[in-house]
Amino acid sequence: MENLKALIQRQSGNIIYRFASIKKLLNFDKILKISLFISAALVLGIVLGFVVTLCVASFDFLKSLGFSSLLKDTWNPLTDEFGASPFIFTTILVSSLSLLLSIPFSLSIAISLSDKKGNKLLQSFLNTSLDLMAAVPSVIYGFWALFTLSPLVRLLQTKLGFAPMGVGLFTAVIVLTIMIIPFSAGISREVIKLVPQELEEAGYSLGATRYEVIRSIILPQAKSGIIAGFILSMGRSLGETMAVTMVIGNFNAFPKNIFSPANTISSLIANQFNEASGLHQSALIFLGLILLVITLLVNLAGAFILKGSRR
Amino acid sequence: MKKTLMILLGLLLAPIPAVTAELTGAGATFPQPLYSKMFDVYYKTRGVKVNYQGIGSGGGIQQLIAKTVDFAASDAPMTTSEGEKARSEILHIPTCLGAVVITYNLKGNPELKLTSDMIADIYLGKIKYWNDPRIQKLNPDVKLPKLVITPVYRADASGTTFIFTDYLSKAVPEWKEKMGVGKSLNWPIGVGGKGNPGVTSMVQQIEGSVGYVELTYALQNKLPTALINNKAGKFIKPNAESASKAVGKNVPPHMKVSITDTDSPDGYPISSFTWILVYRDLSYLKDVNKAKELYNLLWWIIHEGQEFATPMNYAPLPQSIISQLENNLKRLVFGNQPLWKI
Repeated sequence: MENLKALIQRQSGNIIYRFASIKKLLNFDKILKISLFISAALVLGIVLGFVVTLCVASFDFLKSLGFSSLLKDTWNPLTDEFGASPFIFTTILVSSLSLLLSIPFSLSIAISLSDKKGNKLLQSFLNTSLDLMAAVPSVIYGFWALFTLSPLVRLLQTKLGFAPMGVGLFTAVIVLTIMIIPFSAGISREVIKLVPQELEEAGYSLGATRYEVIRSIILPQAKSGIIAGFILSMGRSLGETMAVTMVIGNFNAFPKNIFSPANTISSLIANQFNEASGLHQSALIFLGLILLVITLLVNLAGAFILKGSRR
Repeated sequence: MKKTLMILLGLLLAPIPAVTAELTGAGATFPQPLYSKMFDVYYKTRGVKVNYQGIGSGGGIQQLIAKTVDFAASDAPMTTSEGEKARSEILHIPTCLGAVVITYNLKGNPELKLTSDMIADIYLGKIKYWNDPRIQKLNPDVKLPKLVITPVYRADASGTTFIFTDYLSKAVPEWKEKMGVGKSLNWPIGVGGKGNPGVTSMVQQIEGSVGYVELTYALQNKLPTALINNKAGKFIKPNAESASKAVGKNVPPHMKVSITDTDSPDGYPISSFTWILVYRDLSYLKDVNKAKELYNLLWWIIHEGQEFATPMNYAPLPQSIISQLENNLKRLVFGNQPLWKI
């Protein structure tokens, strides 16, 4: 019995010793470095592969119809006419309008959430709700918009004398506004929190009111960060597909008024890609590339402004 | 004794190769519920597993051309250019019939009669209000309101749109000239919904709207449907029976044919076959047993499989074409071996 115990002890000591020697052999710092490098390279590689694939697949379209055909406004797969200007226009219009509409809401939410003298309980409740809003899948927003928002829009349209469709540009803008508020408010909240407390206190000690402190101290200090936050959330709204597709009306032409049904790039792709082939498919892929470029430009602008603010 | 043992052993071992066979298909979403039911029963009774992916007719055809599936399913016959890409003869095997119905949102769900001209003019934006004299005259029992008509179409490319526009192109010259036939069109007016559910929810929400959806979908959801005039001048109520009757006497043997705007006097005019597409020469499957299993499956679908259609609101194939279909299936070969002889 004693022997056995001794044997086990000796053996386990052996194992520990061996393990330690393996540890010595492997340099964990090096492993970490290599694995981090691989992950980072993978991200870059995926994005690059993405761009290359989009370019290659849209080459057919560019070769046979040329870049200029994009500027036309007729989208008819039957006759191989792929004028994309209505979709590019609507995409930019819808996301800019929803961004503009979301500004007052997200700004006031961000200010009240970062107020150091605010009600802590209420703030944490609001914070959680905001995070939850960001986590809700977009199809849920789409359903809500289709079944709750669009009947309300229909009432408005009847009052104003428009055809009571309920779906269209206006409904899409409203639901997108609601969807991007948690993002822009979240970023603005973090930026406003970074404003040095001394500045605020200095303002108060000079006799400034709360409104004056917000307007002339907090907002100018956090300005570029807030703007960057808004632009980044616009990047998100550009690519939003599901909710928009459900309520925008999917009409392939320039919108005639704010209630018109229309179509964005992403909802057009979502609708038509699964049955598209040949030139049609190539045109849709090219539109995807354009959307990628637009989103990239918007995100770069946001990052640029954010970088400027840190200086 | 030894002999009986051998036979018993043979019987025990025989089903094993059949169990290992597995067939793959992809294509149309419209017959997918029916196919799922059929393939489930087929697996339970014959032990052959069939995987079917409803990725859309176009996707199915592309996969068949790429030879990544054993069969494709489509709501529209293959186009000439698709046929050229396949390079080898492809058989179109009808499995059941579908129909497209016109549904609408009007107070009290009146039963309306509509003609092809009216449907075309509504979708072209020429008939703007429900109390249009032409619609009112055809439906004297219904008091139609002065309400804007909002046409609802399929926003996604779909076989339903193909059947609908195929019918309108045949029946209305102006439609053929201005709009044409296709899975997605350049609509001059209206709003688009994604899929049958998308169109239905738009129609149910927008008062005064009109939309087109699959018959099965309309029956399951008890939507109001319009009676449509056929070539014989009769107004036909869409249901599985009138869709089956749309198969006239003049169906060509290859079955790769549109039956919209049918000549048959009791047929619903916006009906269509839905097909399974297979290569006539199945030697690309490399495995003769697999090819034989595919042949068996197709044979089963057009015979025993048909009983599942009606309970699921699909229109079964009419008896009149079954013998021709059998002849078509007998043309399937593996290299130079006819499969039905194996």
